[in-house]
Order: sequence, then C-alpha cells, then structure tokens
Amino acid sequence: MWAFLQKHSSPKYFYNLSGYLIPWFGWICLAFMLEGLFFSLFASPPDYQQGESVRIMYVHVPAAWMSLFIYMVMAIAAGIGLIWRIKLAEVIAASSAPIGASFTFLALATGSLWGKPMWGTWWVWDARLTSELILLFLYLGIIALNSAIEDKRTASRASAVLALVGIVNIPIIHYSVEWWNTLHQGSSVTQMITEFKAPTIDISMLIPLLLMAVAFKLFYALVVLMRARGEILERERNTRWVQELVSHQPVK
Amino acid sequence: MVSELSAFYILLKRDLTLAYRHRSELANPLLFFIIVISLFPLGISPESKHLQTIAPGVIWVAALLAALLSLDNLFRADFEDGTLEQTALSAHSLPLLVFAKVLAHWLVTGLPLIILAPFLGILLFLPQHATPTLVATLTLGTPILSLIGAIGVALTVGLRRGGVLLSLLVLPLYIPVLIFAAGAVNKAATGFEVAGELYLLAALLCLSLTLAPFATAAALRISLS
Repeated sequence: MWAFLQKHSSPKYFYNLSGYLIPWFGWICLAFMLEGLFFSLFASPPDYQQGESVRIMYVHVPAAWMSLFIYMVMAIAAGIGLIWRIKLAEVIAASSAPIGASFTFLALATGSLWGKPMWGTWWVWDARLTSELILLFLYLGIIALNSAIEDKRTASRASAVLALVGIVNIPIIHYSVEWWNTLHQGSSVTQMITEFKAPTIDISMLIPLLLMAVAFKLFYALVVLMRARGEILERERNTRWVQELVSHQPVK
Repeated sequence: MVSELSAFYILLKRDLTLAYRHRSELANPLLFFIIVISLFPLGISPESKHLQTIAPGVIWVAALLAALLSLDNLFRADFEDGTLEQTALSAHSLPLLVFAKVLAHWLVTGLPLIILAPFLGILLFLPQHATPTLVATLTLGTPILSLIGAIGVALTVGLRRGGVLLSLLVLPLYIPVLIFAAGAVNKAATGFEVAGELYLLAALLCLSLTLAPFATAAALRISLS
C-alpha cells in the first residue's frame, strides 16, 4: 500500500498521469458546462418573484460551494504534505489556493450583481457575505505567505500550518458572523439534506443547479491538474527527468 | 537538567526582565492605542451621542491594531541573535516555552491596555455601567489576540518584510473575538445581559490556550529550518 502510494505520488508519475487525464476532464467539463448553461439560461423557468435575475444563482451558488470545497481540499492536502512530506500534496495545496480565491471572488461578485436588483444595494453586511469575504482574506493570506517565502517547500509547510489554523477557525468565524447579522436567505438545498424535506427549490431549477455544480467541480479538477503540472516543473527543474523533458534529449 | 516547569519560569522571567530593560519600547503600542482612539472624535464628531454608539467598536478595533503592532517584537529579537534557535533545540517541550514567551508578551502589552481602557471609555462617553464589561472582554480577549498572533509571527519571523504580511494573516482570525467582544460591550451599554458573549469569549480563550502554542511551535520549527 505504502509503496503503491509512493510510486503514484511521485511528481514524475503524476506529471505523466495528469497529462493523460487533462483532456478527459476538459471534454467532460465542457459537456457538463454547456448542458448546465443551456438548462440554466434557456430551459429553466424564471422565478415567480425574482424574474430572470434568478439565473445568476446558477453561477453564484456553485461558486460559493466551490469556495468552501476547495478550502477543504487545500487544507487536507496541506495537512498530508505537512505530516508525511508528500511533495504532490504540497503541490496540490499550493495550486488550489489561487483557484479557491477566484471562486470566492466569483461568488462575491455574482452575489453583488444579484443583490442589486433583489435587495437594492450592491453590498450588505450580511452574515454569509461577510463570512465569504473573510474566506477570501484567508485565501489571500495563504497565497501571500506562499509567495513571500523563497524556498518552495518551506513555503508549502508554512502555509499548511496557516491553512490548518484557518480550518479550525472557519466554523468559528461562520457562526460568530451568523449570530452577528443575518439577512441572506437560508440554503434551500442543504435544508433538504439536513431535514429530510423535499427541497424548497423546484426540480426544474435544481437540475441546472446540480449540473453547474458538477461542471464547476470538474473545472476545478481540470485547472488544479494544469497548475500542478506547471508547479511540478518549476519545483523539480533541477531533476534529470524535467531537464530531459524540456530539452527533448537525454541529459548525461 | 531543570524541570519543564522551572524552564517555563526561567524563560518567563528572562522575557520580563528584557522587557523591563527596554521600558521605552513598551510604551509605543499603548501610545498608538491612545492616539488611534483620540483620532475618532476628531474625524467623526465630538458629540457624545455619536461617540457613545461607536465607542465599543472603536476601542476594540484600536486594541486589535495595538496588539498587532506589538506582536512583531515577540520573536524578532530572539530570532536575530539566535536565542530562538537554541530555545527550539532545548530538550524542553517547545509549546510550553512558546507559551511562556506569549504570556510574558501579554503581561507587558495586553495588561496595560486593560488598565487604560476604562479611561479611554470615558473619553468616548461610554456609559459607566458598560465599563466592567469592557474590562472583562479585554481580559478574556487580549490573551486570545496574543496567542493567535503568535502563530502568525512564528510563520513570518524569517521574512525581511513580515509586518504587512502578518496583518494579512492574523486579522481575519481576530474577527470572532472582535464580534463577540464589541457585541458584549454594545449590549452592556444598552443595558442587556452579556453573559452569553462572555462565555463564548472564554471558550475561545480555552481553545486558543490549548491549540495555539502547538501551532506556534510547529510554525517556529518551519521558520527555523
């Protein structure tokens, strides 16, 4: 088991495997994205209260889900890298941070665009918006720490500690902000999971939403593989296999 | 070989002695605290009804920034002269020694802040009956600021320009403390019960007391490697 993991998590093996996987992820992601966009923009009904602007939800909600999901992935990868010193886990954690920050920003930006017609302002100091904003700050701190430390492996370990401190703090921040102020509507989908109720969202809206969520997940997998490849080449630039790969000839 | 506990006392005493020898430096975060607070009446309005409503938040934000400003001294000097490396190499548990350093740091920076706060409350027309709550939140809250801040300092101590980065790393983690503490003082000012917020602050203090020294020790080992 350990030998299997060692072999499959070696940067060289991962580089080749990800090169093979990327087209697959790319095409499947494109298929889901097109289908999700078709359903969400054309084949789903406008909301009886919110009208056409409800369509922002199909980008906003999956982006918000991704922002937390990527933080979890990043923190777990960072923890694995910190404990077992697996290079691949450090690379995944380092490449996930900017993607997570982008999704968080996307969720905030689309939320702001949605808020203007619905609540009448671009921004409210509501609990969910605020915790999303703080999540963005956490991501930016990790990215800044990653780039401030010269040595890549030290940088990975330092930001791993920060990511783990963040993961302890996220629920605390979430609930503290929740009790502080709430205006945002409750989640219709988690309600279904936690309370075993039929979702308060109609099935014609749930389908495009879930399609988009899958598309976003695949998009993340695609981009993280691409970033990780670049990161691996940079980190392993002094090894023989990278030099052979780059110069297209055997290195003595 | 000294025991763990006496190593703790020795380091605490050493840090307090060092702080006493550099007395003038200690005043700086406090002066900062006072100046920031006195800027608000100048910037907003000298009227008591305006200042009264913002007083809890202003005092707490200023305390947060003053704590942040003083954090840089926590490990910096020890890192530069190599003492920190020796501390990490010693046979004693690093989290305990880290805790001694954080405690010393809090005694010289956090404690004076608590003593000053009631006077600054008067400057901002904070109602008299809210002052005990203000002091209580600061007593529970400032150790959390030092403990969490220590993690950030430990991560950035090896960097040349760690100051701005430190604020980016640490301030988001301070938000729950700010929310509960300023919320409690606000409630007390309007005459409500504040026990709930104080319990939550105490819980946060317990959590950071038990976890932060370990995270700080891990971060220090990374910075020293």
